[in-house]
Amino acid sequence: MNRRNDAVLGTRRISRRDTLRFGFGAAGIAATGGLIAHRSANAAGGGLGGRWAPWPHQGGETIVFLSTQLRPVEEAEKMRNTILADFEGSVDFIPEDTGPFNDRIAAEAEAGEGTIGVIGAQHGDFAALAARGYLADLTDLLQELSDRTFVEDYVQLGKFGGEEQLYIPWMQATYIMVAHREALQYLPEGLDEESLRTSLTYEQLGEWVRNINEAEGQKFGLPAGEDGLLHRFFQGYAYPSFTGGVNTTFKSEAAAQMWQWLKDTWQYANPQSVTYGAMDEPLLSGEVWVAWDHVARLISALRERTDDLIAFPAPRGPQGLGFMPVVAGLAIPKNAPDMEASRALIEYLTRPEVQATTLREVAFFPVIEGELPGDLPPGVQQEVDAVQATTSDPQALPSLLPVGLGEQDGAYNKVFRDTFQAIILDGNDIQQTLEQQAQNLQSVLDAAGASCWAPDPESEGVCQVG
Amino acid sequence: MTARRLGWAPYALLLPSLAFLALFFAVPMVRAFGLAFQDADGNWSLESWRTMFSDTEFREALVTTLLLIVIIIPVQFAIALAMALVVNARLKGAGFWLYIYAIPLGISELAAGIIWFAIFTQQGWLNSILEGLGILDRPFIFLNYQNRGWLIFTVVMAEAWRATSIIMIILVAGLQGIPRDYLEAADVFGATFFQKVRRVILPMLRPSVQVALILRTILAFQAFAVVLALTGRGMTVLASEAYRWYSDYRNPHVAAAYAGFILLLSVLSTLLFLWLLPTREEQFR
Repeated sequence: MNRRNDAVLGTRRISRRDTLRFGFGAAGIAATGGLIAHRSANAAGGGLGGRWAPWPHQGGETIVFLSTQLRPVEEAEKMRNTILADFEGSVDFIPEDTGPFNDRIAAEAEAGEGTIGVIGAQHGDFAALAARGYLADLTDLLQELSDRTFVEDYVQLGKFGGEEQLYIPWMQATYIMVAHREALQYLPEGLDEESLRTSLTYEQLGEWVRNINEAEGQKFGLPAGEDGLLHRFFQGYAYPSFTGGVNTTFKSEAAAQMWQWLKDTWQYANPQSVTYGAMDEPLLSGEVWVAWDHVARLISALRERTDDLIAFPAPRGPQGLGFMPVVAGLAIPKNAPDMEASRALIEYLTRPEVQATTLREVAFFPVIEGELPGDLPPGVQQEVDAVQATTSDPQALPSLLPVGLGEQDGAYNKVFRDTFQAIILDGNDIQQTLEQQAQNLQSVLDAAGASCWAPDPESEGVCQVG
Repeated sequence: MTARRLGWAPYALLLPSLAFLALFFAVPMVRAFGLAFQDADGNWSLESWRTMFSDTEFREALVTTLLLIVIIIPVQFAIALAMALVVNARLKGAGFWLYIYAIPLGISELAAGIIWFAIFTQQGWLNSILEGLGILDRPFIFLNYQNRGWLIFTVVMAEAWRATSIIMIILVAGLQGIPRDYLEAADVFGATFFQKVRRVILPMLRPSVQVALILRTILAFQAFAVVLALTGRGMTVLASEAYRWYSDYRNPHVAAAYAGFILLLSVLSTLLFLWLLPTREEQFR
């Protein structure tokens, strides 16, 4: 552990519970055409007009752009052929799995010779890189980009609790639900297509998929496969909605109720869920009728069968409508071959019109405030509507991505996956499993020295599992 | 020629391959072992091993790995022997069969897993065919984590398809080394086909069988892409856990402990085969 890491862990103070709502919320509202009032000065001029002066950079060399995002072939192609089309330099966009991604950056940092110009990754992917001090300080770049207003929460996340801006926000996303229209006939009493968007509860969701099961079989689906994002369902949705927290309520009475709910509901889930990395294919093939997943992992289904599918917010629980905005950022390794070129690429990707293209093409939402075009493809528009319904819901309860875990990020997710495995798949006792996993969770938090993050209340020192 | 007259030449010729092995095999292996016995701060520690042994997935992964080996290897051997005998019978077009059999060798493990996933998934080929024939009226879920038997069956199918040819090729090479005289002598004494296989071919094949078993078992300990592609999180093996600890949980130390454990099992199984199936020379030593 070097000094950089200590600095990150020691001075971390992320207390943005109140402002968080403005994060995804603001952009979500912006996405449907509203303007942001609370930052009007900057946002007012920030339409989609092409008022961007060409950015000075030395052309010639190809910029290597290594990314954990936009990995599916179609998305990568859209990145190369459409989103990057107007960039003046030449870019080699390389999507990579997290493992090789980390290896390559670490190897280049240790070898002292870098080829990577820009790194695109999720907040969580950056945590370990930031802790090891591989990322260049971009504070001045952010200042140069003051003509666009980034969502403030994401700017803060990009500092990892320190002073230096280690990544610039790039794009954001969240999770929603998608169902087949055929499934609507089995909605429980009192729910219809409209109220589905505004009042669906976890209990009703359970009843709904039970009704479907009686008529059609196990058609509920969660991404519980190898690459699935199931852990986010617990961290950002089920836990906050049932318990109002995550870590501090991990083994609470309410948490046990949540697991009991899932245990009851899981009987109606397609048992092939453990093989699903993304829910778009099972929705398209019809083996799943009701699914929860990341917007980018649902978009191809919504695009392909826009008329057969509907998108709506995740359900609400006793404590509110838990949801989790996730952010991807752009960073530059300290030993990038051409700093200026790398900075020019970041400048390009955060232009409002490029952000709009990104939404249109790959369904990742902008991280800057301003209006969005009205000509979105119908599938994307459905997602935008569902996201907006989520963020503008009076019961909305946003959760941060895990903060301050550094290299423990993966171990943190493992606790939730293991708990799911034990309770749901192996049928172990709920309370006993929670007691056991709570210890694992505490040792992860201890190892990282992380204090609590939203929706858990702020903590003095290391977050205590409750 | 004696070694003395050759001087240093053989050693010089060995050097490139030795250097290659040292650089790309021995060094990473030693470093991996180093990682397994260190904690995150670089101090010597058994922490990773403790984490591995106490991990909830460890037992499951070990049991599944061993179970798969115990099922797959005999199945593969029986099929490979039959295939090798067909190829070696010098029937018309024997070469053609050799090529057909060798096709899966050219396919990566993960690709093989995906092919078989497309067959066994709910809306896959197998269900479509069974529904088309009227045998099923609703797709049957083969890849159901609640039904371990089917999961293992699908993995065994995929593995048998993918990796039987390698055994077959070793056995074909072994078969071709059996002098015709022995078989002709057996014919003279009126041996049936199965008597020839049992009394002549299998004993003469022993060195090839030993090599094939060792090779196949080591590969089976390392296999995980097929399991991952077919069963997702429904089933786990040791190599999957090594991969997850490295790639998902970002803990190279525990991943290295898993790798070390796999190596240990491979060495043990190799010793076991050497002991169970001594070749003629070893027997008389």
